[in-house]
Amino acid sequence: MAGKTLYDKLWDDHLVKQRDDGSALIYIDRQLLHEVTSPQAFEGLRIAGRKPWRLDANLATPDHNVPTVDREKGIDGIVDPVSRTQVETLDKNCDEFGILEFKIKDQRQGIVHVIGPEQGATLPGMSIVCGDSHTSTHGAFGCLAHGIGTSEVEHVLATQCLVQKKMKNMLVKVNGKLGPGVTGKDVVLAIIGKIGTAGGTGYAIEFGGEAIQSLSMEGRMTICNMSIEGGARVGMVGVDETTIEYVKGRPFSPKGEQWDKAVEYWNTLHSDADAVFDKVVELDGSGIKPQVSWGTSPEMVTGVDGLVPDPAKEEDPIKREGIVRALKYMGLEANQKITDIQLDRVFIGSCTNSRIEDLREAAAVVKGRKVAASLKQAMVVPGSGLVKAQAEKEGLDKIFIEAGLEWRDPGCSMCLAMNADKLGQGEHCASTSNRNFEGRQGFGGRTHLVSPAMAAAAAVTGHFVDVRELTH
Amino acid sequence: MRAFTQHKGIAAPMDRSNVDTDMIIPKQFLKSIKRTGFGPNLFDELRYLDEGKPDQDCSQRPLNPDFVLNQERYKNASVLLARTNFGCGSSREHAPWALDDFGFRAVIAPSFADIFYNNCFKNGLLPIVLEEEVVDKLFRETADTEGYQLTIDLEAKTVTTPSGESFSFEVDDFRRHCLLNGLDDIGVTLEDADSISDYENNRKQTAPWLFNAGN
Repeated sequence: MAGKTLYDKLWDDHLVKQRDDGSALIYIDRQLLHEVTSPQAFEGLRIAGRKPWRLDANLATPDHNVPTVDREKGIDGIVDPVSRTQVETLDKNCDEFGILEFKIKDQRQGIVHVIGPEQGATLPGMSIVCGDSHTSTHGAFGCLAHGIGTSEVEHVLATQCLVQKKMKNMLVKVNGKLGPGVTGKDVVLAIIGKIGTAGGTGYAIEFGGEAIQSLSMEGRMTICNMSIEGGARVGMVGVDETTIEYVKGRPFSPKGEQWDKAVEYWNTLHSDADAVFDKVVELDGSGIKPQVSWGTSPEMVTGVDGLVPDPAKEEDPIKREGIVRALKYMGLEANQKITDIQLDRVFIGSCTNSRIEDLREAAAVVKGRKVAASLKQAMVVPGSGLVKAQAEKEGLDKIFIEAGLEWRDPGCSMCLAMNADKLGQGEHCASTSNRNFEGRQGFGGRTHLVSPAMAAAAAVTGHFVDVRELTH
Repeated sequence: MRAFTQHKGIAAPMDRSNVDTDMIIPKQFLKSIKRTGFGPNLFDELRYLDEGKPDQDCSQRPLNPDFVLNQERYKNASVLLARTNFGCGSSREHAPWALDDFGFRAVIAPSFADIFYNNCFKNGLLPIVLEEEVVDKLFRETADTEGYQLTIDLEAKTVTTPSGESFSFEVDDFRRHCLLNGLDDIGVTLEDADSISDYENNRKQTAPWLFNAGN
């Protein structure tokens, strides 16, 4: 019999019941909750007279709607009354049902996908859900982590289970060593460019190979985070020393004997050497260049030395039409150099790239330089209050501020512009977030997805530039 | 949940691939704490010429005359014809809520994004996967005939055109069963409460660290 993939192992370890109709009940170890996708779930519980199955499996925090300035004002600092109601509703629901919440003024507040790992609330081998598609982030710890909809949030609250059908196994293997200046973000954008935004649909993706193994946990989280942009609900990386080292000593992490027992189990969380995948995709990591997205889908991406594509060269009519539409929306010309794209704003943040390592990489580029005069704004939004504190301890805030970037408070911010941080119509933004969809960062806004280092390089030059030219 | 058995309704063609959930319902409308009322903002940025705001009277806003659902012939559409990877992007269930609130009962496409596909079933909205060539044909026929209606039968798993041509589709038995009977799937899962407790008690022994609270 062939060995098991990591996904097979995680599936088997969480299987409560396999039903005759092919569906299965999967036990959920951790649910993360935020203000946008939970109110209707709590309301559903209330209407049906149900109680949460297991309170201590849940952890909540407001992130999407929170302002990134004036945070000492707490909820009163949320100017938009509709946003304020949503955050108040989360507080009220967590208080009523007895769920642990890091409220807006708590230093531990932050983006759900940053605080889970930071607290050790994300542990290897867990099954994790959240009403947010970027829950795949937690797969970096060898977790089975799914983004779910609000009805499923309610279902997990009420039953601690998710109804699932087993997905297929895909291995994305990135061989070789990454070049200097090339980060997890560039790797995942290159992967999506290769497999397309639906390439992973129906699959659980495991990321492996030398280039992945050599990444820090932050880099792995960035890659798993964007699994969904490649169509896969679930992305993961096998557990190794890097994983265990990261988890050690965090507030929710096991201690003493439990730690030893846990580590013993965690060390089994990798695909067996003879495991069989339904699909394998290989990339040469040493050939990956810093990436920049030019269009309105994350698969519309190229190396920084590349050109905006020419729709005339595309044979597939639907794809051609897609390119034409994207170029029109983005205000770009076919065959234009990526490095000629002029920018209006720079955003460094989001659940993809707002962790301490991301901020260090960006700070290293802007240090001793100034934000280009042509930019309207360049902002840095740390992923959590604790990331912010750590960055300030290291003096990164001063580097950013001296260079002319704004140093903000934690939240999702301009990644999806549900708070006050957004693009104006027609503005181009170098963004470390995950989606370049039309209107994503503001009505008519034009998003280019890049790594923190590339965003920082764009901030100091006003256009895209190969960060390696500034730093190496 | 509202049951879905059979439905006959006007088809509207949404002729672009990779329609994402930001496009289906932009983020400013996700601030609502309700499940209803999203219909007027379905496809907001494509449908109107101005920037939409929550709690606005949409009847006064300038419509984009080029957008398909603004054409008189599609105003009462209840079956959406779409292209590949429909519903990609975020997990927001507001996307199926908005389609439902507008009046759609089914979406037909060659492929869907996983989370969106799953969310539809929780809301009595039926996502149907048909071969790309079949979807192409339905697009052509819809464009050619005003008032073109499709008949969907979930029991028989078929889509039938006005000329009587019928196409079969696949759907998971569990999902079909829940949808046909309008079942609350939390209720169905709780029938297995003992199995869940047994699993949990076993895990407390084998992996006790999963039950620690933070400190």
